[in-house]
Amino acid sequence: MTAYDVSEDGTETVLAIRGDWTIDTIGRLEREMERLGLGKKSVHVDVTQLNKIDTAGAFFLQQLIADGDETSREPVRLIGEHSQAATVFRLVVENAEAPTILDDDRFTLIGFLAQIGEAGVEFGKEAIDTLGFIGRSAATTVRLLFTPHKIRWTSVFSVMEEAGLNATPIVVFLSFFVGMVIAFIGATILQQTVGATVFTIDLVGWSVLREFGVILTGILLAGRTNSSFTAQIGSMKMRQEIDAMRTLGLDPIEVLVVPRIIAMMLMTPFLTFAATIAGIFGGLFVSWVALDISPILFLTRMQEMIPIRNFWVGMSKAPVIALIVAIISCRQGLLVQGDVQSLGKATTASVVHAIFLIIVADAVFAMLYLELDI
Amino acid sequence: MSEPVISIHGLKTQFGSHVVHKDLDLDVMRGETLGVIGPSGCGKSVLLNQIAGLLTPAEGRIEVFGENVTGMNPARNRDIKGRWAVMFQDGALFSNLTVRENVMAPMKEHTDLSFALMRDLSEFKIRLAGLSDEAANKRPSELSGGMRKRAALARALALDPELLFLDEPTAGLDPITAGRFDSLIRELSKTLGLTVFLVTHDLDTLRSTCDRIAVLGDKRVKHIGTVQEVAKVDDPWIAEYFGGPRGRAVVD
Repeated sequence: MTAYDVSEDGTETVLAIRGDWTIDTIGRLEREMERLGLGKKSVHVDVTQLNKIDTAGAFFLQQLIADGDETSREPVRLIGEHSQAATVFRLVVENAEAPTILDDDRFTLIGFLAQIGEAGVEFGKEAIDTLGFIGRSAATTVRLLFTPHKIRWTSVFSVMEEAGLNATPIVVFLSFFVGMVIAFIGATILQQTVGATVFTIDLVGWSVLREFGVILTGILLAGRTNSSFTAQIGSMKMRQEIDAMRTLGLDPIEVLVVPRIIAMMLMTPFLTFAATIAGIFGGLFVSWVALDISPILFLTRMQEMIPIRNFWVGMSKAPVIALIVAIISCRQGLLVQGDVQSLGKATTASVVHAIFLIIVADAVFAMLYLELDI
Repeated sequence: MSEPVISIHGLKTQFGSHVVHKDLDLDVMRGETLGVIGPSGCGKSVLLNQIAGLLTPAEGRIEVFGENVTGMNPARNRDIKGRWAVMFQDGALFSNLTVRENVMAPMKEHTDLSFALMRDLSEFKIRLAGLSDEAANKRPSELSGGMRKRAALARALALDPELLFLDEPTAGLDPITAGRFDSLIRELSKTLGLTVFLVTHDLDTLRSTCDRIAVLGDKRVKHIGTVQEVAKVDDPWIAEYFGGPRGRAVVD
């Protein structure tokens, strides 16, 4: 039972405390006792009936009685005997200091403007740094291609397996289903407007070859590979493994970034190819089952009506996507600081930036090929 | 020094086929500082984790404050956890919070204090652990190793625990900082009446802070007693431990 009594004795005030005064019990009395205005009085604390006191309780009372008076480094004057009270109060006073609450201006107008400004400057720096990183990675990759024995082939193949081969099933499935969806929608619309479902073949062929095969692969890699690369490199950074590499004379770009770039450059075209074929088969399957277009007809019409250059248009985007995925993920991974939050932030940024850039790159390609009439 | 705060009976720990502890018995008395030593890999930290409820032993009974903590129901568990605190080897501070927020985190969860009092109290704890006020606004990643340990101690002291577990409190600190840390722990345990369970390799810590030390070996507590008593025991590992150039100074 925690309780107190205040009694006035002339100019002196006696605060008699009873029961437990610990971190668990003082919360209830806090508001109430602040209103007593003990700071303005000369107070003695009667601890005769005190049971247990801890530093929180002593700190609270000391603060209440000293009332922010920094000059008084005297422990409160105690009446009565208690096994701990005196030592605990002394401990509190010894470590009492002027509270130096640093101003937190985040919520003022100036602070708000400053934050916007800082974010803008940060963005500019970030853009320049990213360009610098792309340049360094590219230079290192090209340099290493002339001395292939220096490339870490083990990690190249390990990344190829993990980010390439292991991603094949999901890429193939996804693309197959998207091919099916295109065929369904195409068939419905073409039936209504032109009255000929056979054009579904053209639709599936053009869209999957030029766009969907490669873009689906890219977005999947952005989600799957970007997050994994960034988390891998980011946690290495957090645990100072990257610093250790530098002190051992190993270039993190050479050891971590280049193998990933090479592996992605080799595997993305393969994945794109798999996705494209799967997409076409998705369309073929729907045409066959739902539209009564035989696979023979489907494939023959594709060969006749769709120029092979559409396939190359799609494939030509694969290396660019590989570069975006590898470079963005490694860059974000290396940006991770010591705290967990930055790891989460970097992983998110990595995936979002990659998807954004993949779509931008695709748009640029589309305009380019349109102008070139390909 | 009458009642045991921690009492362990017939503890058995097993990871797969690897037995770490077998028939381990240990009592830690109220108000004492017990240092646990032993060769690397003898399960010192495992023992600490088991008492703190982070690992469940294969067999045996661990009582803390007279209650069995193995397989305790979670609600009861929470009551007891307010009464003890663990300081992990590398601090284990929440890296996305400042030091002050780290110290305030257990207060926010377990008490009904006002924000202002919590803030003041947490700053007091930070000073108590020997950190400056500037450090309170920093994140753990901006602190040096020694400061991180102090911040971890401040967080461990946040709720005024009765029982403090320290895992290698002075590892990686320079002798001066380590010495200050030792006297800080000693002072706190004496003034606050803390019971301290300490895992260490630091001979100076053993000498300056521990009332008793327990030597783990052969999967159990081989010897227990004051530093002087244990140092006299005829055992090859203990002889090497205290007989080496680092150990002699401690016993003399």
